[in-house]
Amino acid sequence: MSWRLWVPLLLFSGFLGLAAYQLTQPKDDVVESRMVGRELPYFTLPPASLDRPGVDSRDFYDGKPKLLNIWASWCLPCIAEAPQLEALKEQGVEIVGVAIRDEPVDVMRFLTQHGNPYTRIGRDDLSEVQLGIGSSGVPETFVIDGKGVIRYQHIGDIREEHVPILLEELRKAES
Amino acid sequence: MIAEIGLAALWLAAALAVLQLAGGLAALRAGENSDIAALTRPAAVLQGGLVAIAFAMLLWVFAITDLSVKLVAMNSHTAKPLIFKLSGAWGNHEGSMLLWVTVMALAGALIAGIERRLPEKTMQATLAAQGFVALGFYAFLLLSSNPFERLPEPALEGLGLNPLLQDIGLALHPPTLYFGYVGLSVAFSFAVGALVTRNVTPDFARAMRPWILGAWVFLTLGITAGSYWAYYELGWGGYWFWDPVENASLMPWLAATALLHSASVLASRDALRVWTIMLGVVAFSMSMLGTFLVRSGILTSVHAFAVDPERGSFILFLLALYIGGALLLFALRAGTISEGERFSIASREGALVVNNVMLSAILAVVLLGTLYPLLTEAFDVRVSVGPPYFNPVSAVFVFPMLAVMAVGPLLRWRRDSWSRVSKEMALTVALLLVALVIFGVVSQVALLPLLGLSFAIALGVASFLPLRGRSLRRVPIAVWGMVIAHFGLAVALLGMASESAFSTERLAALAEGERTSVGPWAVELQAVEPVAGPNWTAMAARMEVSYDGGKPIEIEPQSRNFWAPAQQTTESVLVTRWNGQLYAVVGSSSNDGRWQVRLWWKPLVTLIWYGGLLVALGGILALIGRVRTDLKRRTAARKGAARRLEMEKIS
Repeated sequence: MSWRLWVPLLLFSGFLGLAAYQLTQPKDDVVESRMVGRELPYFTLPPASLDRPGVDSRDFYDGKPKLLNIWASWCLPCIAEAPQLEALKEQGVEIVGVAIRDEPVDVMRFLTQHGNPYTRIGRDDLSEVQLGIGSSGVPETFVIDGKGVIRYQHIGDIREEHVPILLEELRKAES
Repeated sequence: MIAEIGLAALWLAAALAVLQLAGGLAALRAGENSDIAALTRPAAVLQGGLVAIAFAMLLWVFAITDLSVKLVAMNSHTAKPLIFKLSGAWGNHEGSMLLWVTVMALAGALIAGIERRLPEKTMQATLAAQGFVALGFYAFLLLSSNPFERLPEPALEGLGLNPLLQDIGLALHPPTLYFGYVGLSVAFSFAVGALVTRNVTPDFARAMRPWILGAWVFLTLGITAGSYWAYYELGWGGYWFWDPVENASLMPWLAATALLHSASVLASRDALRVWTIMLGVVAFSMSMLGTFLVRSGILTSVHAFAVDPERGSFILFLLALYIGGALLLFALRAGTISEGERFSIASREGALVVNNVMLSAILAVVLLGTLYPLLTEAFDVRVSVGPPYFNPVSAVFVFPMLAVMAVGPLLRWRRDSWSRVSKEMALTVALLLVALVIFGVVSQVALLPLLGLSFAIALGVASFLPLRGRSLRRVPIAVWGMVIAHFGLAVALLGMASESAFSTERLAALAEGERTSVGPWAVELQAVEPVAGPNWTAMAARMEVSYDGGKPIEIEPQSRNFWAPAQQTTESVLVTRWNGQLYAVVGSSSNDGRWQVRLWWKPLVTLIWYGGLLVALGGILALIGRVRTDLKRRTAARKGAARRLEMEKIS
């Protein structure tokens, strides 16, 4: 009789082991946009800041791969990823920004505080471009090759470990 | 300052939980009259007050949108209506854990303050267990999920609340479930206390029962509301998806239902002692397991919660500590507890045992299905377990359980004969057969919905049979509770079966001015117009619908775009009639200017949630009945004691 009383504990230990094992496994959390591998939709955005031009989809057809960074001054993770964008810029990467639902004053304040890695910043007040290229949140970063084709999508803020991945994707986009 | 007051109150409460644990343990070693044991109850009461203060402080910083508090900056927004600012306080991980701890501490304060039926030693052990469990949650909150953390510099604007969650139903939904989970934690503490002191008596079941009943009512309401929310907010037309998060609330409910019934047997007949203890441990285990599955992100779910593996590890650690500890205690001690009274199978207890076995089997089915993806993922196979598994496999146990539910309440305690209730059984079986023939042969309904419809009708009638031959005015409230709860389950089942058997669906691409139909409804898309709300913009489809050529009704389902954070949602529209609901969703437009429109006609679907509400009402009545009897008993005991004292004086 008494061995049966141990069955619940035994089953529970099995579950614990399994759950502990699963928790230590790296989680595959990349959701690929259906837009990856497709050409950018046509768009043109007015400038979002006073010292950078706006963004036109034709800017991406000059043969050089670029990063397209979707961000906003009201977004906290965007502050967290600012140093990584700066690092990418120092590696010679051209970063084009699209500010979502933002005001020039706030954009300028953000850029003076956290640095300005962008060559161009477009203003997307209705999230039209954002939704059009398959992004659903801020921040998100896309690798666009020299022919305006979306090659890679990074969801969420760029952390230090993501920098080499993005550089690798940019290198791949050159071919 | 406000945030710091909250944090300080939390630390003090944690310190009092240590005192509560120490006091309880001292009572077990040195006897319940030792000095430190006298502090156990006051420590629990004071703790309740302190945590309530902490929670009030959190509400305050959300109400004034103090953006220097990280939690507010991450989850709120100045442009949000006040009610959603407040609900934002618990609509996130840290806040919801604080809510959990608040309810737990208040429950602890209540049992420490008023529960005096049990031997003091058992009570001390119970409070020690309660303090120990609370301590783990304080540690979790203070060490890994501090809700009062400040930002180095205040944010300019908050990050908003997930727009899907900006809904009054959802603001109330998580707290409801938490009340349920915490109620079960009290039952757990009672079970541990009884196990430690080997004192498993009917009094123990009576002390535990109101907490189980209360928890069960809240869980029932939580599941009902959550299901309705998923139904109208997600816009997929379904009301239950067997999603891990839904299962996480269903499993504790199943365990609590079983516990409720076995505690009844223990309270009235002093039988099923070990089994009740086991269920007391299992019910709370399921609550914690559910929290773990939801919060650790270990399973993928449609309900997006902020997920953090580190917190997952912490909850897993708590799980190992409490559940593992309780099960170890169970393995060591349960053998020394005698089984209690015996009974024959044809008796109320016999039926309740069968009901318990069936509920446990359904629980095992749901648990297995929920954890199965976790198991296969260990071998790198990704599976998703859905309705094709859950529906038929759980049905194998649901229908026998329903049959027992129809007969069990008619039986007498201890020993009864089948022949005494043969008339009632014959009536139930006849109803079942007639319904089977009508729906099966005439309407050609598929097997599961067919069984559902027939059992619902048979059980719906049978649930009132325990009232036969009784003067309705003298039926105890608790019996009314049982009757209504059982009837409610039949009603909900009828809704589910009808939804699955008779629903019709229409997916159409309509240009403005075009018509379509679904079931008895005629639908015309009149115009699609942009509309703007406080923090969203939407395309609204104006439609005119009419039931069976009747008076036309104008409806306006929307497809909304929220900003901060940007997210697209559908606002479905429901037109409710007594016999069902029309469900309309507007999707995206296609290139030729047509709009995707999705329509369902779902006969009797609302019965699902009315049934859920009836079940909860039954629970409330039972709770009132039990508490009233307990109070009467307490007054009688006090009077008796006073009289004895008087007699002694006289003699």
